Amino acid sequence: MSTIPTQWSRVKSVLPGQQQLSNWLKQSLLSATGIAVFVLLWQLLASQINTSLGSFPGPLQVVQQWSGLVAEHKAEHAREAAFYQRQLERNSATLAANPDAVVTVRPYNGRPTFFSQIFTSLYTVLTGFVLASVLAIPAGIVIGLSPRLYSAFNPLIQLFKPVSPLAWLPLVTILVSALYQSEQPLFARSFLVSVFTVTLCSLWPTLLNTIVGVSNISPDLQNVSRVLQLNWLTHVRRIVLPSAVPMIFTGLRLSLGIAWMVLIAAEMLAQNPGLGKFVWDEFQNGSSDSLSRICVAVLVIGLIGYALDRLMLQLQQRVNWDKSAQLR
Amino acid sequence: MQKPHLELSQLGISFPTPKGPFVALQNVNLEIGKGEFISLIGHSGCGKSTVLNLVAGLLQASSGGVILNQKEVNAPGPERAVVFQNHSLLPWLSVYQNVELAVKQVFRGQKSKTEMRDWIEHNLALVQMSHARDKRPAEISGGMKQRVGIARALAMQPQVLLMDEPFGALDALTRAHLQDSLMEIQARLNNTVIMITHDVDEAVLLSDRIVMMTNGPAATIGEILQIELPRPRNRIALADCPTYNHYRHQVLSFLYEKQRKIEVLNTKAVTTAAAEEKRA
Repeated sequence: MSTIPTQWSRVKSVLPGQQQLSNWLKQSLLSATGIAVFVLLWQLLASQINTSLGSFPGPLQVVQQWSGLVAEHKAEHAREAAFYQRQLERNSATLAANPDAVVTVRPYNGRPTFFSQIFTSLYTVLTGFVLASVLAIPAGIVIGLSPRLYSAFNPLIQLFKPVSPLAWLPLVTILVSALYQSEQPLFARSFLVSVFTVTLCSLWPTLLNTIVGVSNISPDLQNVSRVLQLNWLTHVRRIVLPSAVPMIFTGLRLSLGIAWMVLIAAEMLAQNPGLGKFVWDEFQNGSSDSLSRICVAVLVIGLIGYALDRLMLQLQQRVNWDKSAQLR
Repeated sequence: MQKPHLELSQLGISFPTPKGPFVALQNVNLEIGKGEFISLIGHSGCGKSTVLNLVAGLLQASSGGVILNQKEVNAPGPERAVVFQNHSLLPWLSVYQNVELAVKQVFRGQKSKTEMRDWIEHNLALVQMSHARDKRPAEISGGMKQRVGIARALAMQPQVLLMDEPFGALDALTRAHLQDSLMEIQARLNNTVIMITHDVDEAVLLSDRIVMMTNGPAATIGEILQIELPRPRNRIALADCPTYNHYRHQVLSFLYEKQRKIEVLNTKAVTTAAAEEKRA
């Protein structure tokens, strides 16, 4: 008989406590209220504003455009499948008539849909971000370990850090077209221009945070390393890098946020077929649906940015050795 | 005459300041035999840690030098292992990995993988930390961390063990427990030890000699007290021992009569003067 209460208390300790549950409920309720108030205000204000393209879209029109974009994507997908199907049939017919005939498979050149543009954007931003990290982390370690290098590079870092992507873009465009000339380019120029612009703008937080993390290693741990006579590489690998990991990841998260913001601007001007180009094309298009479609893009851009940040947070929590750190 | 194992000869250090060099330590002469347990005691700021860091090679002497086995030492090395005051374990490594880092570095090419593993486990057992081998430093108590710090130092098989107030941050009971462990280990391994302490009882209980330092600036060795208590020593039995209390009294009188901190006297004088002025 006496085991039942003890078992219950064991179950209770596994379940989230009542306090926790009510806290969570309160939080979600507040978030939902915030969103509801926003949607309501949006609806009220949107109908009041008349633009050259009709009244500003409210939440309902935006939802309609979202399903419109989904339908377009499905239709395009079907057209693509049909195109390949037709090609396959034609080719097999040719081969049946003449087994020696040379048949070619032509790629489908349809319009990119909203969703394929999302993937282009994600691919571009991740390439730029990875490139920035690969440059910034090693550079940050080397600069952070040497006060002299830090003094030498700090003015340059402070100078280039605040430069807007829109200022970099023309330079990057000219440089890419001058330096990247090949008969069969592996990458489209617009892709490279976007990637390099993202890299140039997003490497600074990672670089600075790595420098700070590396230069603030506790003197005690440095003494441990000296007593053990660790060589430079082991010192970096076993002492410097792990103790800088929390700062490096803080920098990486900031960098990814900036990279995503910069990407949209870069794609707009470089005409890289991603979300930035989508927004630009809709703006140029100027149909009655354009504003709602841009609103859809804005929301999707926000959601993806949020998701990327959460992903980095998960990674940060996994990699961080300091499990007591409050990450948010 | 037999040469000393470790010798501090005319050791001194000064730091440059805008007002000219500041002499922190001068004329420190000490000969230490193999297996001897030395305590350095003195008021804070008297340069005890500086002496230890000079022996460790973490600081460079401005004059004189440190001679270990007839060789001068200028740089840090694992044959002079340090137990740091705040344990200095790497927080991202487990207890086992912390000791492993030292063992791999010191015995690379000398011990096989299994020998290294056995050696790490042996040292963890020595400080009674085998049960927590896979825990991170953040998951164990302060006393346990200090044990691991000692295990890491012992695992380097040092010729000299340098301890910078190893038990300073621990509560009294844990400290007593670790002191007993340290005495046992010392009896077994016969390490040469230099330990900094603030604690008079700790110094008398553990040491063969207590080196008492004068106050800085230009601090040096004031007196050296030979402790001739038979080992193994038992803290409870010694509590009533007149010789023990005599030693204790000598250290206390050095610290609080001969080397009483002048600043403390000054502030007192100022406050009494201020009080008298008010009265007037």
